[in-house]
Amino acid sequence: MYPLYAELQWLPPAPADFPQRLKALGNGTGTLGLELRALALHALDLNQLTKLAKVIGRARREGNSLDPLTPFRLAVLSNSTIDLIVPALVSSAVRHGIALDVVQPSYDQVAHEALQPDSQVNSSNPDAVLFSLDYHALPLKLSLGDAAAASATVQGVTGYLQALRNGIKANSNAVCIFQTFAPPVETLFGSLDRALPGTPRSLIDAVNREIAEFVLDSGDVLLDVAGLAETVGLADWHNTQLWNLAKFSFSDELIPLYADHVARTVAAIRGKSRKVLILDLDNTVWGGVIGDDGLEGIVIAQGDARGEAHLAVQRHALDLRQRGILLAVSSKNTDEIAREPFEKHAEMLLKLEHIAVFQANWSDKATNIQAIAKELSLGLDAMVFLDDNPVERGLVRAMLPQVAVPELPDEPAYFARTLAAAGYFEAVTFAGEDLRRAGFYQDNARRASLQKTAGGLDAYLASLDMTITFQPFDATGRARIVQLINKSNQYNLTTRRYTDPQVTEAENDPAVFTLQVRLADIFGDNGMISVVICRPASAGIWDIDTWLMSCRVLGRNVEHMVLREILDHARAAGIRKLTGTYRPTDRNKLVVDHYARLGFTLVGEEESGLTQWELLVEGAEPAGVPMKVISLA
Amino acid sequence: MDEPQIYARLTDIFQDVFDEESIRLTPGLSAKDVEGWDSLTHIRLILTIEKAFKIKFSTSEIGKLEDVGDLVALIEARA
Repeated sequence: MYPLYAELQWLPPAPADFPQRLKALGNGTGTLGLELRALALHALDLNQLTKLAKVIGRARREGNSLDPLTPFRLAVLSNSTIDLIVPALVSSAVRHGIALDVVQPSYDQVAHEALQPDSQVNSSNPDAVLFSLDYHALPLKLSLGDAAAASATVQGVTGYLQALRNGIKANSNAVCIFQTFAPPVETLFGSLDRALPGTPRSLIDAVNREIAEFVLDSGDVLLDVAGLAETVGLADWHNTQLWNLAKFSFSDELIPLYADHVARTVAAIRGKSRKVLILDLDNTVWGGVIGDDGLEGIVIAQGDARGEAHLAVQRHALDLRQRGILLAVSSKNTDEIAREPFEKHAEMLLKLEHIAVFQANWSDKATNIQAIAKELSLGLDAMVFLDDNPVERGLVRAMLPQVAVPELPDEPAYFARTLAAAGYFEAVTFAGEDLRRAGFYQDNARRASLQKTAGGLDAYLASLDMTITFQPFDATGRARIVQLINKSNQYNLTTRRYTDPQVTEAENDPAVFTLQVRLADIFGDNGMISVVICRPASAGIWDIDTWLMSCRVLGRNVEHMVLREILDHARAAGIRKLTGTYRPTDRNKLVVDHYARLGFTLVGEEESGLTQWELLVEGAEPAGVPMKVISLA
Repeated sequence: MDEPQIYARLTDIFQDVFDEESIRLTPGLSAKDVEGWDSLTHIRLILTIEKAFKIKFSTSEIGKLEDVGDLVALIEARA
């Protein structure tokens, strides 16, 4: 088997003292959740994953906190034996910051569990349901060369899957995760199987295409198992002996890989995907050392094998940027020298304009990465750091465990592949705004430098010529609303995460007041930057359930304008009082004074740091800010 | 690889798979003697042994295994 995938080689190998460290878990003074995560961040095999899951299970039973891991309940419906997969899922989820609680109904009860309102799955109130089905579960009737019959078979299969989905939606409203199907290895005709309707391969191709289209339309989530099996090779994926012996739908050796893919998908649903790729320069972005070899000495030319390997890293970074991932540089170099290839080398694909933050100096990389995070107003857990040097990787892992640092092979030809295999940027939706995000943050850097030159803050804000647009939740904005609700950590008063169906519910409930806020200025359109949900409490009171804002518009008093808008609607609805809550997390200290600054009165305080606030609608007059307001009903 | 070596290696594997350091292997030891030795753990045990000794068992060989003695004999014949 190709080891990169089967052995999770982007992760450092399991430590030699794994059993001892496992035993020591929870005995020291450290936080159990963080210690578990530190162990899970190694390339663990199935037995190691199973043991780690045992420790997690014990901690749960004993009522120990798994904070700061995010709880998530996943029901797994399968036609195969998943008993060895479940512990691997629990441990792999920890790797991605999730405390996973798996609901596992008895073997092969898929339809019953989905369709019965009081089934084990439906009554367990899961956050998501994973349909872990393989082709053995499908009624794939051969109809060789008969396109009409093949199409009927495919419709039958997708109809069955949709019926399962509708059952889950009606009975528990969980997010549904559908898998594509890995086709069997064995062909009937050979190559013709791909072309001819009604062969197993072309039937499964068609089913997979239908599932992919269906998921894009319905807001469900896709786990591309067919793609995964293709990547590792179908012959390695399917172990027919194991299917016969114990109904394993794929090779035991690939359970750690599969489990990591499920875990990264769940983490993406919870908004834990990373947002920034920080690149080392020497021997990562180009071959050689710019400070020693000079502009003519570094290797990045087309036609040179080593040069092409590094160009592939650049191309992958640029492609990631195109889908909204920010690029930054952290290099131990003199700044001017490090910039030289970006400015003068004809073969460089990466230009300075692509780099949101450029840190070339002689400080250690951990310090530089912190500076990058600060400049972008993003958490360290949004960062991925790519460096060929194992010493730098080790330092950053030790100093900043929240930063993802992939192991890299010696051969630069595999750098891009290894980075992609790690799946740090896994996304379950793609909103149009993702496309432009890299630009937003760079405009921000320009805004910041303007701020340095423009006299007072008010003058600066006025010079931005801002237009703020308010409107209630709608279908067009939904994907971005869900994304903001699940991704925003810092400017987020309650950090309540909602799934697509839950947001749709709020959107459709006339008693719930919802607000999506967009902001444009002279530098461009910032897109959607704030989300508010107010729910009716007792008569005449709105409770602010959710109030969050993108950090890229921090310091522009947008929150004052948002409050004015809420108050306008509250008055119109006959509301006399707003109540708000600040729920502290380790990330939202930024907004501890949010309500105080907006003139709310403190009415309650808990030991946890949770505070409660209220504001009488009558007479409330928050300060205005110079910007044009558009309020759409 | 001779019998004592196989026993030593297997003991490590058993202790690892059953997560139980007190397991001692004897030729007569079988599933009924060890807590948690159910059909699934059996599969995990076989898979771990296959990987450790770099051998593959056939379906009928796996079906015929009665106790640790059978297992050692099978490994001895292959490894």
